[in-house]
Amino acid sequence: METFDPTELPELLKLYYRRLFPYSQYYRWLNYGGVIKNYFQHREFSFTLKDDIYIRYQSFNNQSDLEKEMQKMNPYKIDIGAVYSHRPNQHNTVKLGAFQAQEKELVFDIDMTDYDDVRRCRSSADICPKCWTLMTMAIRIIDRALKEDFGFKHRLWVYSGRRGVHCWVCDESVRKLSSAVRSGIVEYLSLVKGGQDVKKKVHLSEKIHPFIRKSINIIKKYFEEYALVNQDILENKESWDKILALVPETIHDELQQSFQKSHNSLQRWEHLKKVASRYQNNIKNDKYGPWLEWEIMLQYCFPRLDINVSKGINHLLKSPFSVHPKTGRISVPIDLQKVDQFDPFTVPTISFICRELDAISTNEEEKEENEAESDVKHRTRDYKKTSLAPYVKVFEHFLENLDKSRKGELLKKSDLQKDF
Amino acid sequence: MEFSGRKWRKLRLAGDQRNASYPHCLQFYLQPPSENISLIEFENLAIDRVKLLKSVENLGVSYVKGTEQYQSKLESELRKLKFSYRENLEDEYEPRRRDHISHFILRLAYCQSEELRRWFIQQEMDLLRFRFSILPKDKIQDFLKDSQLQFEAISDEEKTLREQEIVASSPSLSGLKLGFESIYKIPFADALDLFRGRKVYLEDGFAYVPLKDIVAIILNEFRAKLSKALAGRSPTVWRTARSITTPTVRSSSPRMSAHHMVAIVGFLKRYTTHTGCGWNSLYSHREEVAKSASVLTARSLPAVQSDERLQPLLNHLSHSYTGQDYSTQGNVGKISLDQIDLLSTKSFPPCMRQLHKALRENHHLRHGGRMQYGLFLKGIGLTLEQALQFWKQEFIKGKMDPDKFDKGYSYNIRHSFGKEGKRTDYTPFSCLKIILSNPPSQGDYHGCPFRHSDPELLKQKLQSYKISPGGISQILDLVKGTHYQVACQKYFEMIHNVDDCGFSLNHPNQFFCESQRILNGGKDIKKEPIQPETPQPKPSVQKTKDASSALASLNSSLEMDMEGLEDYFSEDS
Repeated sequence: METFDPTELPELLKLYYRRLFPYSQYYRWLNYGGVIKNYFQHREFSFTLKDDIYIRYQSFNNQSDLEKEMQKMNPYKIDIGAVYSHRPNQHNTVKLGAFQAQEKELVFDIDMTDYDDVRRCRSSADICPKCWTLMTMAIRIIDRALKEDFGFKHRLWVYSGRRGVHCWVCDESVRKLSSAVRSGIVEYLSLVKGGQDVKKKVHLSEKIHPFIRKSINIIKKYFEEYALVNQDILENKESWDKILALVPETIHDELQQSFQKSHNSLQRWEHLKKVASRYQNNIKNDKYGPWLEWEIMLQYCFPRLDINVSKGINHLLKSPFSVHPKTGRISVPIDLQKVDQFDPFTVPTISFICRELDAISTNEEEKEENEAESDVKHRTRDYKKTSLAPYVKVFEHFLENLDKSRKGELLKKSDLQKDF
Repeated sequence: MEFSGRKWRKLRLAGDQRNASYPHCLQFYLQPPSENISLIEFENLAIDRVKLLKSVENLGVSYVKGTEQYQSKLESELRKLKFSYRENLEDEYEPRRRDHISHFILRLAYCQSEELRRWFIQQEMDLLRFRFSILPKDKIQDFLKDSQLQFEAISDEEKTLREQEIVASSPSLSGLKLGFESIYKIPFADALDLFRGRKVYLEDGFAYVPLKDIVAIILNEFRAKLSKALAGRSPTVWRTARSITTPTVRSSSPRMSAHHMVAIVGFLKRYTTHTGCGWNSLYSHREEVAKSASVLTARSLPAVQSDERLQPLLNHLSHSYTGQDYSTQGNVGKISLDQIDLLSTKSFPPCMRQLHKALRENHHLRHGGRMQYGLFLKGIGLTLEQALQFWKQEFIKGKMDPDKFDKGYSYNIRHSFGKEGKRTDYTPFSCLKIILSNPPSQGDYHGCPFRHSDPELLKQKLQSYKISPGGISQILDLVKGTHYQVACQKYFEMIHNVDDCGFSLNHPNQFFCESQRILNGGKDIKKEPIQPETPQPKPSVQKTKDASSALASLNSSLEMDMEGLEDYFSEDS
C-alpha cells in the first residue's frame, strides 16, 4: 500500500481528478438540494497549486464547471470556505463592505499535535496506532455532544489525511449560526485549558455537568487499554512524576512509595485512585466524587479543539476527498458505526488507488464494448472498483440523510401552506 | 399604509382601553399605543422619557448597576417622573400608560442613526433590567405569559425525568431536588451566555433554564426585538405616528401645524443624547447587535418618508447632545482676556487646560485644537471681538503674519461664531463628542486627556497639576475602566477640594460653570438653564415640568427654531 512519492503528485492528481474524484456526490452535498438560489455558486473554494501557489475566492457555476476547473488546475489541496453574498470569483467587483460571508457549516478540527504534552509514543506530525485512540475518543465524545446535547443531525467526520480529524455539521439551522454561537459551542466542548506553562489543565468544580459526566464515561471505556497499557503513563518515575504534578503535594510521598512497590501502570493507577479518593473524603464531605482521578483522565484523554477553526464563518477548511500532499492519503469520511475500527494507516493513498485503477483499466480495455462508453460512465464505475468505494458509500449515506431531512422540511412547509 | 400630508389633522380615533390594558408595571412594548393624545402631551411625554433615559445612563456611569444606591436612585427618578416601576402599587394606570406611549414616541426619534439606536436600546435595556429585578417572584410567571415570550415551562413529568441533570448543570440551583422551581425549555442558541460556560442542561438542542437564569435571556430577546423594530420597516413605528392626533390642530391653518412640528422636534433636539459614557467598553459586546440590526436606515420609516417636513428636523437629532448646549449664555462678555491664564488652571477641565498651555507655548494650535478650544471659550463667554483678539495676539507671537491671520484664521473664528457662511452658531463640544470623535494624532493637543493620553503621560500631567498620589491612582483606575468623565469629575473634586462634585459631568463648559460656582461662593456667572438636569442637589436649577411652563418655553424656543427652518416647510397640503 505505501510508498507514496510526492513527486508523482501532478500525474496522480491528473488521473484522480479525471477518473476518481466523486464529483456528483460532492456537488449533491454542497448544493443542498438547490433549495436556496445560488447557494453553490456563492461558495468559496481555495486551491493550493504546485509550488505552493495559493488562490482564494474560487467559485463555480455548477458541477461541470467545478470539474473542468479542477481538472484544469490540478490542485494539490482544496479548501472549502463560506457561502458569500456574491459569487466569490467576482468579489472585486462588489462595493466595499457589501461582500460578506453569510453561511457555512460548523466545523471542528482535532489535531494530534495538540496532545503532544500527553503522548509518549510520538510527537508532532507523527501518529501511530497507540495514540490514534485519542482521535477515537475525541470523535465519540464530541459527536455524542453534538447529537444529544445540541440536537445536530447531519455530522460528517473526515480523516484529515495525516494527523487528525475534521467534523462538518451541515444542518440547515447550523449553517446560519453566528460566530458568537459557534464560539459558545466550542467553549461548551472545552475542558483542557492552558498552554505549555500550565501544568494542571483540568479543574472540575463541585457540580459535574452531564456533558462532563458522559464524556468521562466514554473515556473510561478506553482508558485502561489506551493510557495504562499502550501509553503506559505510569511506567517509570519520569512519566509518573508528570501525573503527580496534577495531584496535591500532600499525597506525593505516599504515592511515590506505592508506585515503587508496584510493577506496572495498572497497579499504580489503582493505588492512585485509592489514595486520591481518601484524600478527597478527608478534606471535604461525602458530596465529592473522584475528582482528582477524573481530572487526570480528562487531561490525558479529553478532546482538544482549535477554537479559531470553528468560530469564523469565513474560515477555510480542507475539503473531504482532498489529497494530503505529504502523505498522499485521501481525506476520507469516517463511518461512525465503525469508529473503533477506523485505522488511518489503511486509508488509501492516491498512488494506491491510481494503481488500482490502472489495473482495472488494463483489464477492461481488452473488452471492446467499453470504448463506446462515455468518460462519465467510466468514472462512475471507476471509483467503485477501487479502495475509495467504501468511503464514498459512507458519504452517500450522509447525503441520503440530508435529502430525507430536506424532504421532511418541505413537506412540513407545504402542509402549513395547505392549511390556509 | 397610507399617510397623507394632512396626517397631523387626520384623526384615527381608536377606543380607549383603560382597564386591563396594562396588567404589569413593565412591558416589552410589543404593541404600539392606539389612543389619542394631544400634542402637548406628546411633547411632555417625550421630554420626560428622555430625561429618564438620561438618568439611567448617568446612574449607570456613577454607580455599579444593581447596587443599593443605583437601585434606589433609579427608583426615585422613576417616581419623580411618574413612570411605572413597581407592581402592586395603587393607581398604576397613568404611570404605565405614560411609560408605554413615551417609549413609542422615542422610537420615532431614535431610529434615525446607528448611534442613536444603540444608545436608546442600551438605556431601555438597563431600565427593563431594573424593573425586572424588583418584580416579585410570583409575578414573573404572569409577566412572561402576558408578554408572549416563547418560553415554555416544562411539565412536572418532564422535570422529574431530567431532574438530576438539570440540578447538576445549573449553578443557580442548590440542593438535589427541583421542588417547585420552574424550568423553561428554550432553543440553545437563545441561551448563549448560559450554555457556553456549561451552566445549563442541554438536550436535543434545547436548554432547560431555571427561572433565576431567565433574566439574561429575556433581556437579549428584548434587545433583539427592539433593535429590529428600530432598524426596519416596522409597522409599529409609523402606526404610532399615525395614532398621534391633534384635536387642537385639526381646525387650524396649515402654518399652525408646521409650528407645532417644529416645536416638537426642537424639544426632542434639545433633550436627545449621544451614546453614554464608557461606550467603548460596551461596544465590543454590542457588535453582534449592531451587525444583526438591519442595515436599513430610518429612511425606511414610512411616516417620515411621506412627510418631508419631519425628516430633516428629526435628522438634527443625531448631532445633538444632552441638556444644555452652552451656546447661549448670560455671561457673555463677563470674562476678560487677562483672566484666562488663571482660569485655565483653576476652572478649566484638563482638556482645555492642556490646549491653553499648548497654545501659549507654541503660539499655535492645529485645527482640531482650535475648534475644541475656540468653541469652549465662546461657551464661557468670550465675545467674537475678544476671541479674534485672543487668537491673533497668540498667533502673532509665533511669528505669524497679521495679514495671514486676518485672511485665514479670522474667517474661521467668525464662522464658528455664526457670522459667516451658513451662519450656524456652532455649539461647544460635549465630552462625548470629544471622547468619541476625531482622536488626536502626533502634534495635536485636543481630545480628552483621560481617553487619549497614555496612562504614564497622564500620570505625569496630573502630578504637575499637584494632584495627590491617592487621587491620581483613583483617576487612573477609573480611566482603566473607561470611565473617562467620572475620572474628570474626580479631578474636579481634587482641585476644588470637595468630596462630591455634585454633578454628572458631560460637558467641558459644565465643568467650568460648576467650578466658577464653587469658587465664587454660589454666585452664578451664567443664566439659569431652562431645562432641568439630572437629579443632583442643585437648588439653583429650575424644574420646568408642568404643561404651562413647558408651553412657555415652547414659545420662546419656537422663535429660535423657526428661524431658518421656514424653508423646510414647503406648501402645506
